[in-house]
Amino acid sequence: MTVREEENAGTAPAIGRDELLTLYEQMEVIRRTEKAAHDLFLSGLVKGTTHLAAGHEAVAVGASAALQPGDYVFATYRGHHHAIARGAAPAECLAELMSKGTGLCKAKGGSMHLTKASAGMLGSYAIVGAHLPMAVGAAWSAKLRDSGEVAVAFFGDGATNIGAFHEALNLAAIWSLPVLFVCENNLYMEYTPIGAVTPVGRPAADRAPAYGLPAEVVDGNDVVLVAEAVARAAARARAGAGPTVLETLTYRHFGHSRTDPAKYRPAEELQQWLQRDPLNLARQRLTSAGVPEAALTAAADRAAAVVAAAVEEAKAAPPPDPEDAFTDMWADGGSAWRT
Amino acid sequence: MADLITYREAVAEGIAREMRRDPAVVCLGEDIGAAGGVFKTAAGLFAEFGPERVWDTPISEQAILGAAMGAAMTGMRPVAEIMFSDFFACCWDYLANEIPKVRYMTGGQVTVPLVVRTANGGGLGFGAQHSQAVENWALAIPGLKIAAPATPADVVGMMAAAIRSDDPVVFFEHKGLFASKGAPAPEGHVVPLGQAAVAREGSDITLVALAATVPLAMAAAEQVAADGISAEVIDLRSLIPLDMATVLGSIARTSRLVIVEENPYQGGWGGTVASIVADDGFESLDAPVQRVTAACVPLPFADVLEQAVIPTTDKVVAAIRRLTSY
Repeated sequence: MTVREEENAGTAPAIGRDELLTLYEQMEVIRRTEKAAHDLFLSGLVKGTTHLAAGHEAVAVGASAALQPGDYVFATYRGHHHAIARGAAPAECLAELMSKGTGLCKAKGGSMHLTKASAGMLGSYAIVGAHLPMAVGAAWSAKLRDSGEVAVAFFGDGATNIGAFHEALNLAAIWSLPVLFVCENNLYMEYTPIGAVTPVGRPAADRAPAYGLPAEVVDGNDVVLVAEAVARAAARARAGAGPTVLETLTYRHFGHSRTDPAKYRPAEELQQWLQRDPLNLARQRLTSAGVPEAALTAAADRAAAVVAAAVEEAKAAPPPDPEDAFTDMWADGGSAWRT
Repeated sequence: MADLITYREAVAEGIAREMRRDPAVVCLGEDIGAAGGVFKTAAGLFAEFGPERVWDTPISEQAILGAAMGAAMTGMRPVAEIMFSDFFACCWDYLANEIPKVRYMTGGQVTVPLVVRTANGGGLGFGAQHSQAVENWALAIPGLKIAAPATPADVVGMMAAAIRSDDPVVFFEHKGLFASKGAPAPEGHVVPLGQAAVAREGSDITLVALAATVPLAMAAAEQVAADGISAEVIDLRSLIPLDMATVLGSIARTSRLVIVEENPYQGGWGGTVASIVADDGFESLDAPVQRVTAACVPLPFADVLEQAVIPTTDKVVAAIRRLTSY
């Protein structure tokens, strides 16, 4: 079952030219932050691993544009774009990646766990699918408190084959909760084409009918279409009509993680998707709307300056105090477990 | 006696008291609504608080704990029931990777004030997948508080502490104790987590027990009293926080220690207690530490087989005699 357009007439706010320019600039910030993370890793300043979201910018920025400040977002280990789209500063994200005490999570989380709770970004989770039930719980809480908030779980195509996905959709459906399940289908479950391990063509959208849920397949590289689809789904949720599954089609520009050169992807496929780069699509929309090239360049330059300053700020930040390893476990701030 | 209540009734009473005082407390689990729970430990909650606060779930342990976590992060105090503790294996990600870690790995940005209740332990012939005592599973993960009361009053008082805790608490209710009776909890009764109780005072040997092994230790202490052996019984009540001060203070007087636990010897909670005693209580000891544990096999079905595997009064008595004659 897909949402019929006429049911949603009027629920999606039009994205104006000025707002679109802002969204484009946010996407430029994310793209450049991801490039900086990549370069910092190669310089030895970021350890562990990274799962870069370059290419996925329109999903995060478009969705955030359609959400309210009090709404809740749950993301995956590929979550830098969601943290920034919800309001985390590139400097605090990069500081976290660089093991600095000023990092978003005080250098206790790292790349895979970026969280900005004060902005409703309730975490990045590195166990595939685990956060879908959490988003269901946040939506349950919103319903119990009659708060009008919605919760959003962003997840990859690979997560649609794990049990938590199915338990989450089922529970959200029977309780008619205000939750959006937003799949970022980038065609690959880590190194494996999603089609090779999934019996249906649209791994998220095609599963929705089994739970009686509406679904939409959305161009995930077009920030306007993402924003409109999320706005429709959020309006349904706030109106008490329950969850929606959105499957956004997108593509990652880097490999799965730091160590993956992504050589398994056909060159022609890669080229096609790079031509549909979400930043290019936004620029085309802006140009068509009459925004002069100079304004686009100025936006990109501002983004570049923000990220360059963020890199310097993060580099200059102090490391955490080793004693910080023993704080923040319990609500009293400590980690004592015995007398 | 009319003024006694069962352990089973105490569970529902403990939850109900907290639901009355705090509207943020909500329950979810399988069959906990009109059915009152398969062990009737939620009896009366649905009638008193209604479907807005007592939610029946599908058989979806991951969704139960994940939803409890998401709700706890956003202003509620959920009390989730996992019907049998064996089923923790179905939602272990939430107990091992998500609930205990999220506060820490976000640098303290989020709080998860939730309780996971579960029916734990053997002795009732439920077989290998419905009889395990799995407190040690939770003990293996830093970030979870662990409660395992032995008496109805402690059930009520510890439930209050668990639900009011801003930290996640795994609350083990022992199946073998559900029908046991004890004094009701006074109004406003709160038993802080991390405070052991001296269930019986004694001077010759210390028995450290938890949940269903407390009555076993008490029975063993009574038996050896006839021979003039004075055994002290400590009910740990919670494993995290772990009240080692009470244990170490006791063995400083008795100089002998038997740990009575339903976990298997391999990886059981008594190993942690024994390790701390070796570190901090070695000078107090006049005999080796003895652990009476479950055997390292799955829990068998037949009574005669199950009794061979889990701790019994006879096994505790034998351990006491070994140590007092050491």
